[in-house]
Amino acid sequence: MADKVLMKGNEAIAEAAIVAGCRHYFGYPITPQTEIAAYMAKRMPKIGGCFLQAESEIAAINMVYGVASTGKRVMTSSSSPGISLKGEGLSYLAGADLPALVVNVQRGGPGLGGIQPSQSDYFQATKAGGHGDFRMIVLAPASVQEMADLTVKGFELADKYRMTSMILADGTMGQMMEPVSLDFEVAPAAEKPWATTGTKMEREHNIVNSLFLVPEELEKSNFERYERYKYIEENECMWEEYLMEDADICIAAFGIAARVSKNAIVEARKQGIKVGLIRPITLWPFPTKAFAAAADKVSQFISVELSMGQMIEDVRLASGCKVPVTLCNRAGGMIPSPEQVLDAIIEAAKGGAK
Amino acid sequence: MATKQFLFSGFGGQGILFSGKFMAYKGLIDGKQVSWLPSYGPEMRGGTASCSVIVSDEPVGSPIVSKPDVLIAMNLPSLDKYESTVAKGGMIFLDSSLIERKVERDDVSVFYIPATRLAGENGMPTLANMIIVGKVLKELSDFAPESVDAALAKVISAKRADMADINRKAMQIGAAN
Repeated sequence: MADKVLMKGNEAIAEAAIVAGCRHYFGYPITPQTEIAAYMAKRMPKIGGCFLQAESEIAAINMVYGVASTGKRVMTSSSSPGISLKGEGLSYLAGADLPALVVNVQRGGPGLGGIQPSQSDYFQATKAGGHGDFRMIVLAPASVQEMADLTVKGFELADKYRMTSMILADGTMGQMMEPVSLDFEVAPAAEKPWATTGTKMEREHNIVNSLFLVPEELEKSNFERYERYKYIEENECMWEEYLMEDADICIAAFGIAARVSKNAIVEARKQGIKVGLIRPITLWPFPTKAFAAAADKVSQFISVELSMGQMIEDVRLASGCKVPVTLCNRAGGMIPSPEQVLDAIIEAAKGGAK
Repeated sequence: MATKQFLFSGFGGQGILFSGKFMAYKGLIDGKQVSWLPSYGPEMRGGTASCSVIVSDEPVGSPIVSKPDVLIAMNLPSLDKYESTVAKGGMIFLDSSLIERKVERDDVSVFYIPATRLAGENGMPTLANMIIVGKVLKELSDFAPESVDAALAKVISAKRADMADINRKAMQIGAAN
């Protein structure tokens, strides 16, 4: 194995994208993800790739649409307010069934908000990236290594299912450095017979479009797309379980919230409280089966989030409301401390955990 | 060492992030699990910088250091802000050329290093940070020359490789203080 190097999460995403064969990056600077654009600006010209700082986030996502139409691996990145601007483009990518990778290194909101870490774009990423019926594959890294691994995975899934993969990280994940290995096996890119690469007068024109004025045709495209989504929900869920074998209390947390929760779990276990963690790695498709199975064993879920409580709704749905689901959170750029999570665990244990 | 949590703090420009990165790389070279997390918010723009470094035998959970085992304070606002957060029995290293007051806690070990003055006297005015790092490594009995050299090679870009010698010298001055 190659030597591990220390990299910022943002840099790991950029380098992993290059390793995955991405040669087109379009973006617009915004804290706390600017290192992705800076890294691409430095590297792309040296490897025959294209780095372009667009005039706006909206321009960048439409440039992504253009390159995606040709079948090339392409990405953009931004942070929360910038992702909102990309919403229209995300919907068009879905309507045209184009593969792309979009990175959101979240900061506190709403509005211009702040620049500190947040997870308050969960709803936007998993349920409402833009108008119309569509989904994105949403990947939630919890380490710098996963920032790299899930970038590669994101490109592969996007190609496989002809849709957008989104990396939903946060300011901490983007800014922190950890050892990372970029020694990947990257699967060869899938054939893309639909790509607009020139007919050479040898085949029919390929048309990439999201406009369907005949409602019967538009309905058909929606139904077909949702058949694909159903297959993804059954086959592509990823999650990590930590100390769940004997757990009475289950923490649900992703990204940085899961890292903080692990500290609290170790302390709670020292006090004899049987608590574990389910960490969704795919936020869509949500690992419903894992939470449904846990709901038969535990007496309470605690959703730990850097938001006012967004994933908690999916935890409730997945667990069928069989046991209480409580929230332990900070918002606006603040991060729950391990002590706050530990207090929530102790409170849950008092409240009748087995 | 099971887990050591470091908090490096001072003014922007004192090499706070650099010295933290050195410590993280040294841990990596010594086979430890490590994380490094900088402050990047408005406090940084106001002139103070800090970074959390964790070096551990176990996988690192939260990368945020809220109760440091080792605090490096290179200016007064940093000492004021973080003195009370240091874990009981922890260590505080401060630049006594820039911080006139003494540490009030009596349940921690304190090391007063006139780092900025020493750096000036030794013709290395930008290396007060590494003088303190040298002292930290000595007090942690962790000043292994091979891993120090290997970590310096990682944090100093190839173009400026000639800077390794003076960084090493700065750490030796700190260790001897």
